[in-house]
Amino acid sequence: MITRDDIAHLARLSRLALSDEELDHLAPQLDQIISSVAQVQEVAAEGIPATSHATGLTNVFRDDEPRPCLTPSEALSGAPAVELQRFKVPRILVEEG
Amino acid sequence: MTGMGRELTRKTATELAAAIAAGDVSAVEVTQAHLDQIAATDDRVRAFLHVATNEALAQARAVDEKRARGESLGALAGVPVAVKDLFATAGVPTTCGSKILQGWVPPYESTVTARLRAADAVVLGKTNMDEFAMGSSTENSGYGPSHNPWDLAKVPGGSSGGSAAAVAAFEAPLSLGTDTGGSIRQPAAVCGIVGTKPTYGGSSRYGVVAFASSLDTPGPLGRNVLDTALLHQVISGHDPMDATSIDAPVPPVVEAARHGDVSGMTIGVVTELAGDGYQPGVMSRFAEAVEVLQGLGAKVVEVSCPHFKYGLPAYYLIAPSEVSSNLARFDGMRYGLRAGTGSAEEVMATTRAAGFGAEAKRRIMLGTYALSSGYYDAYYGKAQQVRTLIIRDFEAAFSQVDVLVSPATPTTAFDIGERADDPMAMYLADLCTIPSNLAGNAALSVPVGLAPENGLPVGLQVMAPPLADDRLYRVAAAVEAAFDSRRGHPLLAEAKGLGA
Amino acid sequence: MAVTYEEALTRYEPVFGLETHVELGTRTKMFCGCITTFGGEPNSQVCPVCLGLPGSLPVVNRTAIEYTIKIGLALNCTIASWCRFARKNYFYPDMPKNFQISQYDEPLCSEGYLDVAVSGEIVRVSIERVHLEEDTGKSLHVGGATGRIQGAEYSLVDYNRAGIPLVEIVTKPVPGTGSMAPDVARAYVTELRDVLRSLGVSDVRMEEGSMRCDVNTSLSVRGSGVWGTRTETKNVNSLRSVERAVRSEIPRQAEVLDAGGRVVQETRHFHEESGETTSGRSKEEAQDYRYFPEPDLVPVAPAADWVESIRASLPELPSARRSRLLAAWSLSELEFESLRNAGALDVVEATVAAGASSADARKWWMGELARRANEAGVEVSYLAITPAEVARVSALVSAGTLNDRLAREVLDGVLAGEGTPDEVVEKRGLAVVSDDSALLSAIDEAIAANPDVAEKVRSGKVQAAGVIVGAVMKATRGKADAARVRELVLERLA
Repeated sequence: MITRDDIAHLARLSRLALSDEELDHLAPQLDQIISSVAQVQEVAAEGIPATSHATGLTNVFRDDEPRPCLTPSEALSGAPAVELQRFKVPRILVEEG
Repeated sequence: MTGMGRELTRKTATELAAAIAAGDVSAVEVTQAHLDQIAATDDRVRAFLHVATNEALAQARAVDEKRARGESLGALAGVPVAVKDLFATAGVPTTCGSKILQGWVPPYESTVTARLRAADAVVLGKTNMDEFAMGSSTENSGYGPSHNPWDLAKVPGGSSGGSAAAVAAFEAPLSLGTDTGGSIRQPAAVCGIVGTKPTYGGSSRYGVVAFASSLDTPGPLGRNVLDTALLHQVISGHDPMDATSIDAPVPPVVEAARHGDVSGMTIGVVTELAGDGYQPGVMSRFAEAVEVLQGLGAKVVEVSCPHFKYGLPAYYLIAPSEVSSNLARFDGMRYGLRAGTGSAEEVMATTRAAGFGAEAKRRIMLGTYALSSGYYDAYYGKAQQVRTLIIRDFEAAFSQVDVLVSPATPTTAFDIGERADDPMAMYLADLCTIPSNLAGNAALSVPVGLAPENGLPVGLQVMAPPLADDRLYRVAAAVEAAFDSRRGHPLLAEAKGLGA
Repeated sequence: MAVTYEEALTRYEPVFGLETHVELGTRTKMFCGCITTFGGEPNSQVCPVCLGLPGSLPVVNRTAIEYTIKIGLALNCTIASWCRFARKNYFYPDMPKNFQISQYDEPLCSEGYLDVAVSGEIVRVSIERVHLEEDTGKSLHVGGATGRIQGAEYSLVDYNRAGIPLVEIVTKPVPGTGSMAPDVARAYVTELRDVLRSLGVSDVRMEEGSMRCDVNTSLSVRGSGVWGTRTETKNVNSLRSVERAVRSEIPRQAEVLDAGGRVVQETRHFHEESGETTSGRSKEEAQDYRYFPEPDLVPVAPAADWVESIRASLPELPSARRSRLLAAWSLSELEFESLRNAGALDVVEATVAAGASSADARKWWMGELARRANEAGVEVSYLAITPAEVARVSALVSAGTLNDRLAREVLDGVLAGEGTPDEVVEKRGLAVVSDDSALLSAIDEAIAANPDVAEKVRSGKVQAAGVIVGAVMKATRGKADAARVRELVLERLA
């Protein structure tokens, strides 16, 4: 059973600032869906490999050769804010990496 | 709109291509006729999010000039095509049916639409869809739903609902969609047209905004089997920009569409794709179609695919998991909507809450849950195992039969609003189509009549092994010919929604 | 009460580990064809793929795989016969997709080792894994006092670096080094850097960020057999900082433990100026990256013959070279280490190959030339003189054409761009005067100018001859062979 707090946690993890109404509305729906998809656990899958790629392809590579890229103005064309030919983003709170 | 214009919109893509190439009609006339049709009907159908009027007419003019110079023309020269708004089209707004991309104009072109242009087709505009391809009705579009031309109060299916509605409403003879869990086949079925999910990897995903990367497949929609095959041919083939694309010749789909013949074929009816939840009229039309196939010389057998029933839950774990990751890039930092104030973290969260609709939010959180440490094995990991079992079911089945058949979707078009806030009920629309996405094989839907109880279209789903896409067209062409000749006219002539 | 390093070691055993990120020197990025040149204008080396634009897809750079296999082989790893890329999911503005394509539980290379020499002893550092991932963009933080994130008003992001292939090399924890822990850590990074350079897969410049280290440190109570909680130190930008980071973390953790506290599992930031670390992000709640196999990329299964051909192409690795040169040049470990630390190995070897003895080659490179290199603030290999030219100078000295003093002038001339050693000798007239008759006239003049000294020598005070020799050397502007002059003076005054 997944609780409203669990959903609130998932929302934070996925960077979704949901309102209380949304949380109230989505929590039972998600609980229902999760219970339903849990059906997959019924399947006896001892020793069955997982399929991550259906085509069976391997070793698809490209050569280390330069290809044309975007101009800076094309790259920045959709940007909400630009400064010094860079993407301007609000202050980052938590240092990463 | 002129009578001649209206006539042009009733022609098939094949006929239009031939007429333009022969000089019987200009590409500009053809494009204008379709733009007029859009103007006349789209206020009710709402298939289009963006009509690229100037660009389309310019492309049409270019075709006419090319022809006048005696240069050779591409296979779809002058033929208008509507493109699902999930494809990145350079210089043309692309929203993916979402508010979070409102106003985004891609600086690059998808491979599939580039191939359309290389074939000299005319891109009329971008069609409505469920947000980021998640849904079965277009009601999850951030810009309002599209309406089924058969009955404007009904959904046109989804997520490629706009593309299906545009073709069914004669606004375009051809359209492009994508199919991840049934998003081409189901709308095609409920709109009474043909729609194909090619073999996964058979058509390039470069430039197709990702929903579920291991399942997404661009594909064609058309009013008849041959037209659909033509578009299938043009867009398919290996692409070095897509590492999952298959490096093999495109199966001979056009050839197969011209020679519909099922004599000597063995056709399997999937036992599990029937029963509770399937509308009686859908089942009766399906049974009829199977009889027709038998009458045409096919051997029909029952085939059990016991793991298909786990397809829906497996899909609703795999797809949300992949999409929760694919949609992470929409955060207001580089393009699209930016909402809210404060830190980057706050702006990201506010932007995403404002820009995504409810279904997108549900799937993002579901996917985040399924991939969380502690849950991965029981949910995502298990689903990937189910995927293996479904692939094995198909392999076993195809060792006995040439193609499998089933209804394309359990019901005819439902009412707009009927399932909108009941996600589980909505998901059931994908019951029949999902297994082919999980296995990556080829499948299509071809119309086989109207359900007696409501006069709405029913589609027959045909499924073939990977890279045997031509078999689909062979069977579909035979079925189409048989039904058209029985009926005496194409099915769409009966569509009353627009007062045809 | 502050604990000293030595005290800490009486009670605790240090254990360290290193995670090193190396930017590969491929021409193009990991998943797209954008060039990787350092220092381009912001956002001028980007495309839909490395910008993560909606609809874009990655395709693996074959050379990056080759280079990574090369590194794995050089580190004695097992190369995976089948592996996949995985998505590491987290939100951060320098990552365009808000996930990084990396490898999770299926690294391309694993279970290797690197032997490092520290004060004459060999320590084997076990390598856990070597895997491939993509680098992130770079941010400028604007508005704060220090240009760092804390206190910044906003940030400006450049994605030129996003997508550059990054190899991550992770050691297993290294116990049992005691007080030498900082030295072993430094020696490992130094040796790793040299291995990577010899492979030609990266320019490995820590100052430029093409090689970055995170240092993990923990303390185990002596004799307990139980390993402590480790901290991770970032911003370690030089070899010296690697050593200092470990050296400062040991007493800091000891102090916490002595006081009965718990070492917090966290990321710490190293400060160059103070040599200390400060607390950064808490790792108490480990980030859940929700790894899953990258669906846009198919598995990588390097063919055995491809791996073998890469193995056959490996150059002589530093450890093999070390053994060879120690024997060939009869060096001590310390002599070798000082050569290596000066960056002189290549030039000395080349000078020997051009005909000089190893002793002479070393004398010139580690003496005169090292001095000039230090003055100029560069490594010896950057000087404007070739090993062949140094070998020629050495040969001229051996032949008696030059003495040491003249040889130094010749080096000056070559470094100043005046030409080859022979050309400089010619132009500047630097050859030793070896013609006795020319010397004799200078000698006679000197004797005539110093009659009393000459008398002393004649009467048996041979040492006094030095004055005459000095005068002759001065008269010939040092171009005489002093030993020969002395012989002739003594003959003359016999």
